[in-house]
Amino acid sequence: MRDMSPGIPALSVRGLTKRFGGLLAVADVCLDVAPGEIHAVIGPNGAGKSTLINLLSGDLRPTAGSIRINGTEVSGWSADRVARLGVGRSYQRNNIFPRFTAFENCRLAAQARLPSSMRFFRPAVSIRGPQEQAEHALQLAGLDRRADLPAQALSHGEKRLLEIAMTLATSPTLLLLDEPLAGTGAEEAAGIVALLKRLAAEHAIVLVEHDMDAVFSLADRITVMVDGIVVESGDPETVRNSAAVQEAYLGTGEADHEMGAFADAR
Amino acid sequence: MGRLSPALLLPLLAVAALAAGPLVAGTFYVQLLTKIMILVVFAMSLDLLVGCAGLVSLGHAAYFGVAAYALAALSPQYEAANLWLTLPAAMAVSALAALVIGFLVLRTSGVYFIMATLAFAQMLYAFFAESGVIGGSDGVYIYSKPEALLPGGLKPFDLERTTDFYYVALAAMAGVYVLLRTILHSLFGRVLVGIRDNEQRMRSLGFQTFRYKLAAFVISGALAGLAGYLSAAQFGFVNPELLNWHRSGEVLMMVILGGMGSLYGAALGAFVLVLVEDVLGGLTTHWLLPMGIFIIAAVFLLPEGIAGLWRSGLGRRRRPAAPDPVEVATDAAAVEEAAADA
Repeated sequence: MRDMSPGIPALSVRGLTKRFGGLLAVADVCLDVAPGEIHAVIGPNGAGKSTLINLLSGDLRPTAGSIRINGTEVSGWSADRVARLGVGRSYQRNNIFPRFTAFENCRLAAQARLPSSMRFFRPAVSIRGPQEQAEHALQLAGLDRRADLPAQALSHGEKRLLEIAMTLATSPTLLLLDEPLAGTGAEEAAGIVALLKRLAAEHAIVLVEHDMDAVFSLADRITVMVDGIVVESGDPETVRNSAAVQEAYLGTGEADHEMGAFADAR
Repeated sequence: MGRLSPALLLPLLAVAALAAGPLVAGTFYVQLLTKIMILVVFAMSLDLLVGCAGLVSLGHAAYFGVAAYALAALSPQYEAANLWLTLPAAMAVSALAALVIGFLVLRTSGVYFIMATLAFAQMLYAFFAESGVIGGSDGVYIYSKPEALLPGGLKPFDLERTTDFYYVALAAMAGVYVLLRTILHSLFGRVLVGIRDNEQRMRSLGFQTFRYKLAAFVISGALAGLAGYLSAAQFGFVNPELLNWHRSGEVLMMVILGGMGSLYGAALGAFVLVLVEDVLGGLTTHWLLPMGIFIIAAVFLLPEGIAGLWRSGLGRRRRPAAPDPVEVATDAAAVEEAAADA
């Protein structure tokens, strides 16, 4: 049932809620992502964007609500089970294996899609499937010439690319990307934006990102969250002109620079 | 590959040297070396957990001791037990104990994991010390060493002979080393190392990490059982002290002292610890004090263990393009950088 038939959304979220004690981190969020679509989630710090990603990936258990991935209800599933359904997530902070080479990072990721890694005797290097998937993922990310370097020796921008390449090596249909541009310079950011554009053709993507230029150049749809609540959701034009969004962003003060980027993106 | 790999060269040299041991050493040293090689099996089995999977167990003596008790229980009073039946049985008992305990303790992590492994081992210790089964706190003797009798009356070796026992211990040590190295380079081994370095990421990639940790726990327990069985056979005596926590601490010390994650480090640690103990014990009855100083000095001066000495010496001469993630297990700089990244 995991085909990308046009009728079934890659991701369909209804009434998703997460409460930490007295704090309502995510409140009644609804979200649809079609196959081949980039859906950006933006909002000031503390809006609940990362919590939302963690709920979708299974790292956190929702308090209430439904998450359907390619038609399968997954709320309450563990992170590894969600991942095996074809969900790849990347992290806001580099979450790679620093002592493995870039290639080893991707091969280990690809290994996660074998039926089992309970194979004790045959050398891992002699098993072809994961090797090829790893090579392919590195090529997509433009890291093929850095394949044999230890991940810790890569530049920050390359580490961000590797973070994405690892998720690609698991052959996902849905990508959850948590601030893929975090900490990158203009040139590195451009490279990652170009990669995401290429990936959009074959993946549904949920993109959490602070870089408004990137968001408005990439997203098919944008959801704006403030204090755990969706204040606006629609195409970039609608969001740009939304009074609710303007008010929400101005109201928080801290997001002044983002508002500036907002204006630039207009 | 042609690369001078310490993982290959060092053990080959060591096995070659040890094979010549009985030709030059007297009975006392042959027996001492036998004891050490058995402890090397024990230490390497723990290294699979501590060094390779990042699971610091402080209750590893449980699996060693349970197999020793299994041999005692399975040995007829005045005859020799059959090695080919009792050895697999003893290892199976250890594996089963590891399966049950692992199933429970692997739900915890960090300090709680250390405490939980310790608690279960102490429960087993208390069981053997206080319940009175198999000798109670006094322990029990095994009068005859297990016999390696094959169907047809064939006996390839006789454990009652000191040299035969020596070569059996040597074969066990070499065999376990090769087995664990093979496992480390398999798909399973890669997953273990991944779990050690970043378990959360392994889960988000789709690995059911609990299963892999449990499998490692069982393999490690079974191999500790092999060591416990051989040890009980060598000394002909088992008592609850075999399972006590300071035995778990001692083997953990061997792994840390030698250098975690490389297997040959654990082996070196076992040799150095027992030999230093032997030398100091010959000099003074208060040998525990200099022993403590030795360990403190070693930990401060050799953060990567004794095996790290070899690696850094090698690194100065030729720098491999990319480190083998399995071999470069405790690269302090890398850990720091990873921490800084996070």
